[in-house]
Amino acid sequence: MGTIINVALPKGRLGEKVYKMFEAAGYGCEDIFNGRKLVFENKDAGVRYFWVKPSDVPIYVERGAADVGACGRDILLEYEPNVYELKDLGTGICRMVVAAPKGFKDDGEYPLRVATKFVNIAQDYYSSKGRDIDIIKLNGSIEIAPILGLSDVIVDLVETGNTLRANDLEVYEEIMDISTRLITNKSGYNFKSAAINRLLERI
Amino acid sequence: MQYDQNVLTRTERRIFALRTLYSRAGYRSYRMRKFEDYDLYSRNKDFLLSDRVITFTDTNGKLKALKPDVTLSIVKNIEDTPDALNRLFYDENVYRVSGRTGTFREIMQMGLECIGDAGNAVAAEVIDLAEQSLALVAEDYDYILRVSDVDMLTLLVDGMSDSGQVRSRLLSLVSAKNLHGIESLCAENDIPEEKCRTLTDLLKVYGTPPEVMPEIEEICRGTEAEAEIEELADVLRGLYPEGGAKADRKIVLDFSIVGDTNYYNGMAFEGYIDGVPECVLVGGRYDKLMRRMKKKSRAIGFAIYMDTLGMLGRNAGDRAIENFYDR
Repeated sequence: MGTIINVALPKGRLGEKVYKMFEAAGYGCEDIFNGRKLVFENKDAGVRYFWVKPSDVPIYVERGAADVGACGRDILLEYEPNVYELKDLGTGICRMVVAAPKGFKDDGEYPLRVATKFVNIAQDYYSSKGRDIDIIKLNGSIEIAPILGLSDVIVDLVETGNTLRANDLEVYEEIMDISTRLITNKSGYNFKSAAINRLLERI
Repeated sequence: MQYDQNVLTRTERRIFALRTLYSRAGYRSYRMRKFEDYDLYSRNKDFLLSDRVITFTDTNGKLKALKPDVTLSIVKNIEDTPDALNRLFYDENVYRVSGRTGTFREIMQMGLECIGDAGNAVAAEVIDLAEQSLALVAEDYDYILRVSDVDMLTLLVDGMSDSGQVRSRLLSLVSAKNLHGIESLCAENDIPEEKCRTLTDLLKVYGTPPEVMPEIEEICRGTEAEAEIEELADVLRGLYPEGGAKADRKIVLDFSIVGDTNYYNGMAFEGYIDGVPECVLVGGRYDKLMRRMKKKSRAIGFAIYMDTLGMLGRNAGDRAIENFYDR
C-alpha cells in the first residue's frame, strides 16, 4: 500500500472550504459528508480525513495522530504547537483586533481590562507595547464584556465587523491578519515528505 | 550465573544495547555522584530545555539542585584537555518540567559527549554513533537523522537584520519551516529580497547529503554562509567516504534545526523514529558553551530521551486507524 496522509480538518464552514481545496487538488473522498462516520479515506488518492474541533487540530498534528492539519493562525499563535507551518491556504481570512465601545480612549492610568479567548495573543500584544493589562479569559460571547462593564476592551477575531456594530463596538486597534495554515507533524514529515510535498504543490 | 535478558524492561534493554555500542566504540561511562550548585543551572538557563529546576538547601546551607541536565555537569567537572579527547557516555535520571504535563518529571536520559580535541572527524564519528543509536532503539520502525549546520543559518540570519527581535522571529519561523512567514517578515522590515530568497531556498532543501550538497553550495555561493560550507562538507566527507561506502545512511540535510546560538555552533542534528511524534535524539556541537565555561576544549555530543522512546509502537496515526471500518 502507498503512503496515506492523515488529515485533521476543522469541523464547520472553514473545514469544508479547506476540504474543497483538497478535493480540487485530486484528494477527494466520496462519503466525506456522511454524518455518522468519523474517519474517511480514499486509498487511491493516498489520503484519510477526520473532522475535529478547530482548536484541537494542532493537538492531533503535534501528537502525530494526524500528519497534516488545517487551522487558523490565531490558534497557532495561541497554543504555540511544535509543528511545521508549511503553507498559507489563503482562506478563513479575518483580523485579530482590539475592539472597544465607540469613543473609548485608553488614558493609561490603570491596568487595561481586556476580555478575550486569546490570552497569549493579547498578552504578547500589550507586552510589546509596554501596556499593563488585567486579562479576563472568556470562552465565548466576548462582545458582551464591555457592555456589562466587565472589561474596557476585547481582543477578538473580526470578519465583517457586523457583530461589533450591532453591539455598539468598534475596532480600536488592529493586531494582525489571520488566515488558515497547513501544518504538519515534525516527525511524520520525515517519513512522508514526498507525499506531503506533492500535496503542497497541488493545493 | 547466566543472566536472562527477558527480565529486563524495554527501556533497560535499550540502555544495555546502547551502553554496549558506546563501550565498543571506545567511550567510557561517566556517572554523576553529587548534586550541583543551583548556580550552575541558573547561569546557563537558556542551555536547558526548561528553566525550571528543583532546588533544595543542603545541610551546610548551600542551595543545590536535582540535575535537569547532564552535559553542563560534565563540562564543569571534566579536565580541560584541548589537545586530547575525552569520549564519554552516561545514563542518568534528570528532573525537569515535561512539555506534555507541565509538571516536574523524572526522565531517563542517555547521552554521549566528546570533549577536547573534537574536530570535524570527531563530529562525523558522533553523528555516525547517533545514527547507529537510532537503528538500535527503533526496533523494526523506520528512522531518520536530520543534520544541519547552525553556523550557516546564524550567518545568514545575522546578515539580514540588526534587530535582535527580528532575528529571533526569523529563527522561530525557520524552525517551523514557515516560508510565507519569513517572506512577510522580510517585506515588513525591508530586508533585501535576495537575502530572503537565500534563506527560504536553503529551508526548502531536504534530502540525503550526496543528493542535496551541490544545491546547498549553489544557494550559499556569494552569501555570508559560504564561509561555513567547507566545515559541513568536511564532516560529510567523514560520513560518506569516497567510493560510495555507507551511501545508504538514513541521514538528511535539513536547515530547520535551530539551537540557542549562545551555546551551539556548527553541526546540529535530531533523530526521529516513524510512529514517535517527537524528536527522540538531539545533538550538536557546543564549543560556545565551553567558552562560556572558560574552557578551551571543543565539544560535541547528543542525548536520547528514553521516555519519548516509550511512545514507540503506542502511538496513533497509521497503525491505529488502518482498516478501521474493515474490522
